[in-house]
Amino acid sequence: MKDRGKKNWEDEVLKPYLKKSGEREKHFSTVSGLEIPALVSEEDLEGFSYDEKLSFPGRYPFTRGVYPSMYRGRLWTMRQFSGFGTPRDTNKRYHYLLSQGLTGLSVAFHLPTLYGRDSDHPISRGEVGVCGVAVDTLKDMETIFSGIPLDKVTTSMTINGPASVLLAMYIAVAEKQGVSRKQIGGTIQNDILKEYIAQKSWIFPPEPSMRLIIDTFEYCSQEVPRWNPISISGYHIREAGSTAVQELAFTLRDGMEYVKAGIDRGLDVDKFAPRLSFFFNAHNDFFEEIAKYRAGRRIWAKVMKERFAAKNPESMRLRFHTQTAGCSLTAQQPHNNVIRVTIQALAAVLGGTQSLHTNSLDETYALPTEEAATLALRTQQILAEESGAANTIDPLGGSYFVEWLTDKMEAEAWKYIDIIDKMGGMIEAIKVGFPQREIADAAYRYQKQADKGERTIVGVNKYCAEKSSEIPLLRIDPRVEKEKVQNLKKLRKSRDNQAVKKSLSRLENAALGKDNLVPYILDAVKTYASVGEICDILRAVFGEYKEAAGF
Amino acid sequence: METKRVRVLVAKPGLDGHDRGARIVARALRDAGYEVIYTGLQQTPEMIVESAIQEDVDIVGVSILSGAHMTIFPEVIRLLKEKGAGHIKVFGGGIIPEDDVKRLKKMGVLEIFLPGASTDAIVKFMNDKVKKK
Repeated sequence: MKDRGKKNWEDEVLKPYLKKSGEREKHFSTVSGLEIPALVSEEDLEGFSYDEKLSFPGRYPFTRGVYPSMYRGRLWTMRQFSGFGTPRDTNKRYHYLLSQGLTGLSVAFHLPTLYGRDSDHPISRGEVGVCGVAVDTLKDMETIFSGIPLDKVTTSMTINGPASVLLAMYIAVAEKQGVSRKQIGGTIQNDILKEYIAQKSWIFPPEPSMRLIIDTFEYCSQEVPRWNPISISGYHIREAGSTAVQELAFTLRDGMEYVKAGIDRGLDVDKFAPRLSFFFNAHNDFFEEIAKYRAGRRIWAKVMKERFAAKNPESMRLRFHTQTAGCSLTAQQPHNNVIRVTIQALAAVLGGTQSLHTNSLDETYALPTEEAATLALRTQQILAEESGAANTIDPLGGSYFVEWLTDKMEAEAWKYIDIIDKMGGMIEAIKVGFPQREIADAAYRYQKQADKGERTIVGVNKYCAEKSSEIPLLRIDPRVEKEKVQNLKKLRKSRDNQAVKKSLSRLENAALGKDNLVPYILDAVKTYASVGEICDILRAVFGEYKEAAGF
Repeated sequence: METKRVRVLVAKPGLDGHDRGARIVARALRDAGYEVIYTGLQQTPEMIVESAIQEDVDIVGVSILSGAHMTIFPEVIRLLKEKGAGHIKVFGGGIIPEDDVKRLKKMGVLEIFLPGASTDAIVKFMNDKVKKK
């Protein structure tokens, strides 16, 4: 290793200095536990090849950005996750946010919809409209998007088990607006592997779930070309307690599983891979997150080129949405959360995200109030318009520390990818509980550090306040459940139930066979068959997933 | 003479799949010497009470982040009493506004642990408030 004087500095300047004044900690580590050096200099990056490691924006391996002009061409989409109460309540909030400068929509469904249940199912008691908007049928989606032209705005829908159903509903809403499926743009999360690993909103077992997902890849590549049929997610993996490296590795390995499944179905990788999208967390450690995104782009590009023989450069681009870390927010001194979100959002921007959601300060208590949601949006707007962060591409590229950390994140992520490869892939790894255990251990470790005060959480274990801050909170009126259930009953009476029955029966036959199910689901939603009714058909054919016992 | 350990059931009711906290609490209690059973997800109040009785636990810990706490907690307490298991204590945690915490305690919930709570505090609560009869 070429000696550019670091050792000399360490021996002659640093060590004597430390003898006198010491360092604040024994070890400096990221929030994930990655040890951080005091200084990284040129000689620590001996052999670093700019061409190989970085190249240029919009060029393989895309480390510096997926597009040639990045935010100079177009800012990241300000896409705030939102939804609560009745479809009408949510429509109102969407119109408000759009009027305040929101540039993309993102739908938060209530728990029953996420699990493929209707608002009047016994298990939905107390849950209707409380965590997201209650959607039972196409009628609800029509209301949510009322007055919102679907050829002018793109929409992301956080939905997994029943993703194909909500996609079908969105297509149907657009058609009613006179907007063709070839014009609409958006995303369905539709990433079942991370459900088994972390978010836990599954319905069916892995094999039929993968079948449904590849059906959406196939359908969208032919019929809905501007749609991202999947958002391969690390956000939830991180929220469940993983480290940044685990988040990166498990997400990319999930992605690899989907690509393999698409190829195994007989799809041309370059026909569906360009529309795969990703979703990452933006947690507290500023530099770790930036390095994570950069490493992610580099790893994915290599994997697509070398493992999956993609020829189209668009197949190698890791395009991603980011959300600031919900799990980093505190109930104590909630205004501190605005600062956390700002730092996290800046990390995502400097990391080159395509789309961003910033959390609201009150989210450890409830869904966001209008004021809190506005402030979260303003955070992005101030970053975009006032901070200069969007004026140049990959401004931290070339920083000794950031390049060192990017390399480190890549190397550590590959270790996990190799382990999972050796286990036979991600589905096998999930079956033996590997990613789940890694996450649980990381989560427990972090909690113990916090309990012992080894990991400072401002306002919680240090700088605590005597009295708690009173902030206004959003409360969902219990009337919402009554109203939703009533409306559903009314709709069931007024629709053509013969048509519903027929479409569900055809869906059932198709599910038993090998046809692409999306057209059948689309037919069913158009008859106003409900999410629960459609999913019940699929439950009967596919079965239901049950998580292994224990903790 | 064999000393029986306090038995705890950690439960995830309703549709809420956020189990990071519940799993950490379960593990911390087990590490502190308690016998812990975790119900897994998507439990109805009936299923929770059934498990509590079958497993002969001393206390049930309910974790709810979905906002359905004012439906779930009262139902669990009611069913425990109805099945003659009113001696089984109830505590919980999750996303629960302060006024609801007060209401739940009036209904008989022993303690609610909110975001920011330490596992040390939960173990201490268990040590102080729950004894084997």
